[in-house]
Amino acid sequence: MKTRAIVIGGGLHGTSTALHLARKGLDVLVIEKNSVGRHASGVNAGGVRQLRRHPAEVPLSVAAMDRWLNLDAFLGPDLAAMCEFTGHVGQVAVAETEAEMAGLAAREAELRGLGWTHEELLDQAALRRVAPALSPHCVGGLISRRDGHANPYRTSQAFRLKAQREGVRFREGTRVLGLVQAGAGWRVETSDGAFDSDVVVNCGGAWGWQVAAMVGEVLPHVDFAPSMMVSARVQHFLDPVVVGTGRKLSFKQTENGTVVIGGGILGIPDLVAETADPVAERLVESARTVHDLFPIMRTATIVRAWAGLEARMPDEIPVIGPSTMVANLWHAFGYSGHGFQLSPIVGSLLADLIVDGKSPLPLEPFRAGRFNEGPVAAHPGTA
Amino acid sequence: MFRRLHEPETTVTVFVDDAPLRVAAGDSVAAALLAAGIAVFRAAPRQGSPRGPYCMIGNCYDCLLEIDGMPYRQGCLTTVAEGMRIRRPTEHEEHA
Amino acid sequence: MARTSCELAIIGGGPAGMAAAARAAALGVDTIVLDEQPAPGGQIYRAIETVQASRADDLRILGEEYAEGAALAAAFRASGAAYEPGSVVWQALEDGRIGVSCNGAAHMLSAQRILIATGAMERPVPIPGWTLPGVMGAGAAQTLLKACGLVPDVPVVIIGTGPLIYLIAVQFARAGVPIASVLVAAPEIGMTDALRVLPGALRSGRTLLKGLAWRSELRGMGVQMVHGVSQPVVEGSGRAEAVSYTQNGMRHRIAARLVLLHNGVIPSTQLALGARCKQAWDAGQHCWRPQTNDWGATSHARIAVAGDGAGILGARGAASLGRLAALDAAVRLGKLDPARCDRMASEDRSELARQHGLRVVLDRLFPPAAELLAPTGAGDIVCRCEEITVAELQDAVTQGCTDANRVKAFTRCGMGPCQGRMCGAAAAEVIARMLHQSVDQPGQFRVRLPVRPVPLAELAGLQI
Repeated sequence: MKTRAIVIGGGLHGTSTALHLARKGLDVLVIEKNSVGRHASGVNAGGVRQLRRHPAEVPLSVAAMDRWLNLDAFLGPDLAAMCEFTGHVGQVAVAETEAEMAGLAAREAELRGLGWTHEELLDQAALRRVAPALSPHCVGGLISRRDGHANPYRTSQAFRLKAQREGVRFREGTRVLGLVQAGAGWRVETSDGAFDSDVVVNCGGAWGWQVAAMVGEVLPHVDFAPSMMVSARVQHFLDPVVVGTGRKLSFKQTENGTVVIGGGILGIPDLVAETADPVAERLVESARTVHDLFPIMRTATIVRAWAGLEARMPDEIPVIGPSTMVANLWHAFGYSGHGFQLSPIVGSLLADLIVDGKSPLPLEPFRAGRFNEGPVAAHPGTA
Repeated sequence: MFRRLHEPETTVTVFVDDAPLRVAAGDSVAAALLAAGIAVFRAAPRQGSPRGPYCMIGNCYDCLLEIDGMPYRQGCLTTVAEGMRIRRPTEHEEHA
Repeated sequence: MARTSCELAIIGGGPAGMAAAARAAALGVDTIVLDEQPAPGGQIYRAIETVQASRADDLRILGEEYAEGAALAAAFRASGAAYEPGSVVWQALEDGRIGVSCNGAAHMLSAQRILIATGAMERPVPIPGWTLPGVMGAGAAQTLLKACGLVPDVPVVIIGTGPLIYLIAVQFARAGVPIASVLVAAPEIGMTDALRVLPGALRSGRTLLKGLAWRSELRGMGVQMVHGVSQPVVEGSGRAEAVSYTQNGMRHRIAARLVLLHNGVIPSTQLALGARCKQAWDAGQHCWRPQTNDWGATSHARIAVAGDGAGILGARGAASLGRLAALDAAVRLGKLDPARCDRMASEDRSELARQHGLRVVLDRLFPPAAELLAPTGAGDIVCRCEEITVAELQDAVTQGCTDANRVKAFTRCGMGPCQGRMCGAAAAEVIARMLHQSVDQPGQFRVRLPVRPVPLAELAGLQI
């Protein structure tokens, strides 16, 4: 009889984990309280980036990038095309001052010291070659050349369809209310009745801490609502994704010509209605940044804005690994606003950990217990 | 396609794709272009299909024009003014 | 210099907005009316001041109901309410913060109370070929007549349903416009049909007779009317050239350079949606509208909706609702005691009861043609802005996107500048048909600020 797994949360990490568990022969059910990809996975800015990751995330991110760049093999050609992924265009952190440039140089040195060479410094001339539309006052940058972007909602659906093709069942509109231990396994209580399982994986995203709390596991978090806005189509002027160093900016031109502007401007989360709203006064800062950095955008029009729901961990890296409180409960959530690119790999690593007992890449830095071991903080120079 | 029931009391001169055009003061840009027999304002972004105004009250966004250097302006919500420069975006060029 | 705060902000300068502003100002409420248009009147009384002042002859063409707008506009102008024309509102939120674009600059207005009076729009009519230049809403042509005294000088084909297509045809005919044909996508109804079907029809007799009188007037002028039309298609390469349709089991084609479409009128709900006011599906009018009480109050304490934006009732109903909403605002602002408010409300309440009675009859007699609500051909365009076809929507549903917002996120339908105004209803019809659901089940597209696109430069220059 197959081992049963229930994955809580139908975002990309839940779907990816489900897919990889099904490939290992488990009977998998994904329980999603809204719809697959409704939240962070489906509404983020779509950046697929290795650039400026926390050192602990780097090996995962590089492995994930390998999968993104071979999406046909991972999802099959039709579902790969659904993601609208563009790779090898690069993500560039731009420095407007020499001080910012020095910070980028320090980051590059740190990464090189750890044995990674995928981030390269760009002087002013090189920056202009890579992104000629940037304002001439920019002094240089840091680029990760394999990076790119994708359509987050369509990617979420592609992962779901892949998982479904491999036997994963999905229940949408079903809310997990409690986790009750039943022998060595679980009874997962939901708004649509109870479901039994041997293994439960918590991919609850912004609600992951609530799921953990159902077994008495307290994980620190801060709810937040990153917001984005998108312009009308502009004639093609930019290949790489550009991110700010001293200013909040994530800036990309999509295949259809629209420009998506994000970067951490905060909206207002509404956890009761399970939605989030952008704030016009805060988008002003974003508009001014774009105005300063990309002269071509000075006649652009903003068509839409939105915000998503996320949870941030104190050190800005996720919780991945076993529960500290109970057996057969696993966590993969808390991506702090940058989980999208990691989705093809974490599910695979977690499935290896769950079924084979070990992960081919180090997951220790993401252990849930780290918050009880002493103070944690974000790593400087990362985003 | 359209004719006026009355001679306009006042007119202004605007430029449509750099060509001067006498239009009735007070008309919206969209109305002025229609009155001048211009039925195609722009090309839709994916297929490039020709488009002109549909609703005339600001809902359909098919009357988008570049007006005085600003792209993406709704012609039906903009009143003509003396010397106004109106450009119809060519295919693929709806914007800055 | 635009104002940055007020007690009551009214968005919209049509009958509801004008009537509300006049009443509110009279009660001492500090009122601002924000109007997209350059002059008051909304759509139904569009350009009423100009027409009255310099094109009075056109009043004969437009009819006596239109002329009623003059008194409303005059009262509004004299009321002391502040009027900010050319002001596009791109956000109106529950906390009273309103975002406005005017004269190339954006600013925020903070209001204690917000009255959304943005009225209605023609229900989009997404028949095959509807995106061709030369195809417009019938109301669009009416706007050109009112605002500019422009009339078609090529033969016009009018397609659709509803009492308004007879009115528009009559207005054109009176103006000497050549009407090639009026293609009615409904069976021909007469007074006896009405009386048989609806007991209330007798009370609405005057209005019904007027509608039938328009039809007689059209016949008298030799205008061709064809009833029982189905499957209308606009044909042409690059612009409208012909219309083909089915009638009596046969396919017909007529030449048409200008095609006017009309399938009823629906509330404009974008601002209310953007404010997350609760919406209800109105089966009688086949449309969504914000939930409002007798005073126009929505599910948000600070926001009210009056006029056709709260449900189609026509201009007189809109003015009454506007006055009631103004009374309610005055009470909530402490400028009017509730007892006096109730007394002042009674005349408008009676008018509303009359208008509701009429509207029920009209809605039953002139329902929208179901066939015109959404196209069925794979290549037919539903989303004009993004050129999304029926096939693309159906594919999304097949792939598991089983409501409007999922379909929007997957296909881009509704992501263009109109934000679903033109495609939301049709997209829901396509989804509902596939899933064998009632048309309200797919839901409405989620709407957030900006409810209208804003230039980046204006956002960057927003004073905060």
